[in-house]
Amino acid sequence: MKPAPFIRHVPKTLDEAVKILAQVAPQDGRVLAGGQSLVPIMAFRLAKPAHLVDINEIDGLDRIASDGTTLSIGACVRHGAFHKSVVGNPLGALLTFVARHIAHYPIRMRGTFCGSLAHADPSSEWCLTAATLDATIVARSTRGERPIPAREFFAGIMSTALAEDELLAEVRLPLLSPDTKFGFNEFSRRAGDFAMSAALVTYRLQGGKIAEARVGVGGAEPFPRRIAQAEAALNGQPPGDKAFRAAAEAAANAVEAMEDHQTSAEYRRDLVRAVVRRALEHSNR
Amino acid sequence: MTEKSSITLTINGRDHAIKVEARRTLADAIREDCGQTGTHIGCEHGVCGACTVIVDGEPVRSCLMFAAQAAGKQIRTVEGLAKGDTLHPMQQAFMDHHGLQCGFCTPGFLMLAVGVLEREPDISDDDLIDVLSSNLCRCTGYQNIIKAVRAAAKEMRK
Ligand SMILES: Cc1cc2nc3c(=O)[nH]c(=O)nc-3n(C[C@H](O)[C@H](O)[C@H](O)COP(=O)(O)OP(=O)(O)OC[C@H]3O[C@@H](n4cnc5c(N)ncnc54)[C@H](O)[C@@H]3O)c2cc1C
Ligand code: FES
Ligand code: FES
Repeated sequence: MKPAPFIRHVPKTLDEAVKILAQVAPQDGRVLAGGQSLVPIMAFRLAKPAHLVDINEIDGLDRIASDGTTLSIGACVRHGAFHKSVVGNPLGALLTFVARHIAHYPIRMRGTFCGSLAHADPSSEWCLTAATLDATIVARSTRGERPIPAREFFAGIMSTALAEDELLAEVRLPLLSPDTKFGFNEFSRRAGDFAMSAALVTYRLQGGKIAEARVGVGGAEPFPRRIAQAEAALNGQPPGDKAFRAAAEAAANAVEAMEDHQTSAEYRRDLVRAVVRRALEHSNR
Repeated sequence: MTEKSSITLTINGRDHAIKVEARRTLADAIREDCGQTGTHIGCEHGVCGACTVIVDGEPVRSCLMFAAQAAGKQIRTVEGLAKGDTLHPMQQAFMDHHGLQCGFCTPGFLMLAVGVLEREPDISDDDLIDVLSSNLCRCTGYQNIIKAVRAAAKEMRK
């Protein structure tokens, strides 16, 4: 299984990249980032792009920067960059914990954070992170820069708000308050496989009660999202089995679980209940 | 056919001037164009890890990179591990601990383990298991691979 022929463009600047993308996008031109999703799809001939705009040789796209309120992640920042904490904030530890669940070590050396968002697999850990933390996704084109809130970014299975000539230049994640607790859990059949369900939770404790709860669920619906019903079940409650079970139940009831040839919606709903509860237990360590 | 471009791949310190189409994967170029057939190809879509090589110090799947993307970078393959007749500690450990049977997966496991241990010499035994879950082996049942890599890790830290 070999990819079909294509022309590779190797821009040296972001400006050059969006210019080329604007020209080739109408002829099935695409961005090539880490290639860890695109190349397999091309090998299967599920995609036969005529042009690839390879962004790997653009200087500065591997930049991770924090301005005290936001963490900016450039288009060529690899998953492996998060193996160690990238910022002295609970967000750094959260990203390190989540990154370990993405694929395998060699794939994490190449695959990018932004590429994961552009690819928008329903099970993607980074898509779940972006949805749960309300990231801002920055799209660049010859028409300029467009910030897109995460809740408007995901549009369906592997479908996003990016226009065909838009390059995902950067993702911005809000830094968390220093007392933020987080928990993550996913279920997959084999180590490194895509998760069948995953949950990411964050909250603060105020006077021993949960506040500002965020409960994100991925892998169960066409794209990840925060589950308001589960968050409501947590806020104002002391952390512990009772609140965690109530939130897990609320999440399981709220999702419209996908079905496929291997798993029924009912099974996926059970998984949601389990991963939300386990993520909450993980947060309470 | 599309146009071929001239590139130079540096494999184990030796330059190979080759002409490849843009769609040529690094794995195919290493084997077919540079004649270094120690790197194996199993699935061609990133799942098995047989094609793992080290590019600029990072273990990567060579079936998921295009050859042209590796031009100018330092590529290391299984052929570069031994120094003359002296096996690399990782190769020796695979022999000593029976870390291979048919050997098809072995070059990939060797480059994966060497690549990770050179980057993270003090990686824990638990994390090593996670790393080794990256690649598939249909023969050994993994236990002897894990033993071999742990033994080599001790040796490489000396
Ligand atoms: C065996 C295996 C297991 C995996 N397991 C997981 C897993 O458990 N969880 C997970 O999340 N992922 C997994 N992946 C996928 C991996 O994380 C990819 O790295 C990721 O999905 C895509 O990132 P990339 O940089 O490799 O993008 P590419 O493969 O280069 O691109 C993917 C798509 O996004 C578009 N794109 C990429 N970057 C941009 C950009 N900056 N602007 C506009 N469009 C862009 C491309 O045009 C393409 O359509 C796995 C992959 C493999 C091979
Ligand atoms: S051949 Fe590259 S991962 Fe299987
Ligand atoms: S030794 Fe045969 S596949 Fe691993």
